[in-house]
Amino acid sequence: MTTQQSRKERIDRGIKVRSDGLYALMSWRELTYLTLPRFILIAGMLALPFLVPGMYWQRVISIVCIYAILALSFDFLAHYVGLVSLGGAFFIGTGGYIAGILNSYFSIPPFLTVPLAAIIGGAFCTLLLLPCLPLKGVYFAIVTLMYPLFMARIIEAFDIFGGTDGLVGIDSFSSAFLEQYFVICMVLIFLFGIRRFVTTDRGLIFTAIMDNDQAVKASGINITRYKALAVFIASAMGCMAGGCLTHIYMWSGISQFALDFSILPIAATVIGGSGTLVGPLIGCLILVPVSELLRDFGTLRIVFYASILVGFILFRSDGIMEFGQRKYEQFERWTNI
Amino acid sequence: MEILVYGTINSVSLALMGLGFAMIYGISRVPNFAHGALYIICGFVTWTLFYQFGLPYFISIILSLCVNGILGMIMYRFILIRVRGMNISEIIASYAIGLAILEALRYGGFRGMNYTLPVFMEGSLMLGGVPVDFHRLIMMVIGVLLVAGLWLFTHYTRLGLALQGMAQDERAALMLGIDSDLMAMLAMGFGAVLAGIAATLILPLGNIVVESGYNVLIMSIAVCIVGGLGSWMGAFFAAFIIGYAQILTVVFIGSHFQMVVALLAIILTLILKPSGLFGHQKELEERV
Amino acid sequence: MTEPILRIDDLSKRFGGVQALKDVSFDVFPGDVLGIIGPNGSGKTTIVNSITGFIKPTSGRIYFNGKNITGKPPHKIADMGVTRTFQIMRPYHSLPAYKNLVIPLFSPRAKRTGGWRGGGHLGNRQTIAIDILEEIGFERDSYIPFKKTSTLPTGYLKRLELARCLALKPEIIICDEVFSGLSMSEIASMVPLIERLQDEGITIVMIEHRLRELFQVANRVMVLNFGEKLIEGSPSEVMADERVKTAYFGSEKVEEVMTYA
Repeated sequence: MTTQQSRKERIDRGIKVRSDGLYALMSWRELTYLTLPRFILIAGMLALPFLVPGMYWQRVISIVCIYAILALSFDFLAHYVGLVSLGGAFFIGTGGYIAGILNSYFSIPPFLTVPLAAIIGGAFCTLLLLPCLPLKGVYFAIVTLMYPLFMARIIEAFDIFGGTDGLVGIDSFSSAFLEQYFVICMVLIFLFGIRRFVTTDRGLIFTAIMDNDQAVKASGINITRYKALAVFIASAMGCMAGGCLTHIYMWSGISQFALDFSILPIAATVIGGSGTLVGPLIGCLILVPVSELLRDFGTLRIVFYASILVGFILFRSDGIMEFGQRKYEQFERWTNI
Repeated sequence: MEILVYGTINSVSLALMGLGFAMIYGISRVPNFAHGALYIICGFVTWTLFYQFGLPYFISIILSLCVNGILGMIMYRFILIRVRGMNISEIIASYAIGLAILEALRYGGFRGMNYTLPVFMEGSLMLGGVPVDFHRLIMMVIGVLLVAGLWLFTHYTRLGLALQGMAQDERAALMLGIDSDLMAMLAMGFGAVLAGIAATLILPLGNIVVESGYNVLIMSIAVCIVGGLGSWMGAFFAAFIIGYAQILTVVFIGSHFQMVVALLAIILTLILKPSGLFGHQKELEERV
Repeated sequence: MTEPILRIDDLSKRFGGVQALKDVSFDVFPGDVLGIIGPNGSGKTTIVNSITGFIKPTSGRIYFNGKNITGKPPHKIADMGVTRTFQIMRPYHSLPAYKNLVIPLFSPRAKRTGGWRGGGHLGNRQTIAIDILEEIGFERDSYIPFKKTSTLPTGYLKRLELARCLALKPEIIICDEVFSGLSMSEIASMVPLIERLQDEGITIVMIEHRLRELFQVANRVMVLNFGEKLIEGSPSEVMADERVKTAYFGSEKVEEVMTYA
């Protein structure tokens, strides 16, 4: 019995090869090839508020962006620094509470509370995570998973900041439009900022720490300082997202420490493509609206995205982004061997 | 005296929760974050068999333990085996499975306070001036017997020794002809059964609620981390430390702080001595 | 009598029940090439790890230029000028070779000294990285410095380990088996490199299994056995010692090794 065997060949498109170097600037076609994906992303994000119908879905856009910032911070920490933090909820909750406290106790307007929440919250999270920085792998993941639960229990037990009811009556952004563009711009700034940062020489130190921290130590570099810097960047992003969330819902409470905020960004990152930084955003753009559509089914939507997550981890661990990139840059064909 | 009695009871139930988690991690190095879900599932299966199908209590317990074991093995064979060795994927995948199971149960209508299992034996007994019901006593006895049995099993049977060999050095075990995937699958099954045993012993004392699945997960992680991940004897001793600490906080500070103690224990242990109180400290290695 | 640059006093290290090092003391003088040899498991790498701060010794003291550096974190010790290579080469595998050198050039010490050839001023890091790589044997005009380290052969990786130390402008380099895993021709090209570093005044401690090459470059040799110091002296003294022959070389193969050396 003879079996016809074939395999898939992947060949770089001519234009990809040509446009790799500086020469790309010489032709509009190649220039377009390089910039079109970025342009579509930016223009699409900015146009989103006009594209969706109704107040409800515009609110969803803001939520998408908040999750995207969180997912971005997870992706940065996990795939460029090597610290897998399962504590997205810790950042969101801290930022949310700080914005809430600043607004309701000191009546500071939202446009100051959000950056303040980012900075104070980032410092606070970094300080609390500082002793855990030497931990690696499972240990760091577990300890970060525990922090949000711990904070929630502490607030509940001491009955501070409104206890189980949370802080209510917080100011919202002055207009819905402003709110959406603020978070959309934040996502884009963080996305391109981090993408640029991780490829600079100083950003490479983080990659080096992930590859081999012993050698970095032996080179006379204080890795705890760099790790703390990375955690500060990531947690400031998360806290800023949390601050926005508080002002969007005009409420901050214990449920901001809920595991939802830890698991959904991770799911989005895995689905979108881990380590690509754009992937998390794409993942959020898919996951959050779908999960909103399933809101009627109650907790079933958690089942839904948990199973999607498992499915992607098992069968498509490179994610959508890598897949799309491959399609864009290479063509595939079956050849007989 | 009250503290002593309730502390011991609490500790034993913590140890029961943690044993399964410790066993699975110890042998296959898979942090099974679906542990809480397995625990709750066993409770619901027992409840369904007992009330819906009218089977005798004892038989429905045995059946649900079997179901749990099979479920654990299926989880390993079809899902976790694919991410084996990738620590973070293991955590995320198993946690997502647990989340899916728990939330599906919640969606399926298992909510509220009306799901209870009968206790093994009614009545109570005065123990040094403190009333203790028989069920709690039975739980303690079975708990201690279980630990002793596990110790004998892993030290004196071929299968147990194989499991122990794999726990110590998987590659060496592979070279000696131990099928590591089979062993890990068995370990997962055993762990699931242990979670089930914990559930059948502890759940009759209260209601079966989905939320407790998360608490069980946290408590078992706490016990295992404090005792040193991978060492289940350590987990047993750590259960006593946390158990007494919890009862002491309940008595002297307030019941709100019960969970805070467990979480604080996890965080402090990881910060101060990541290998746990009874784990082996390895310098220049992955964990520190 | 010059002051020792590195003084190790009664160093002991215990891993659980295993006594890896027992009361080892020795001095390293400026400009020395000290070879440390011993059978497997005799505690050689433990010495390196203790000196460079990667593990904390159970007891004993380590002085560098008269300052006590025992128990200091690795990056502080490296910052003082005590650098090391790793026995198991662990380059930053996702980075190209020259970027591997850019990382140490970000350290505070490199900023102060300006790299191996720098005179207290740090220029463009990438240029310096490629300069150092060229001096240590990477061909400048080839693609080799720009290749990912995961694709480089062992010989280059060993050089890269050395280059990473040199980027800090070190006072001491502790080489943990730089010759192991290399072919004869590769070793032959490494030996002059070590000699050149010695000429430049860098003190070198070498831990080695390749005795013939070690005895070529080392001016003093220390022998460890089961965590204890057996003997210390010039290569010829060590070779002549009966205890070393039985402990290290095994009794019958002595003549063979001796003829090599």
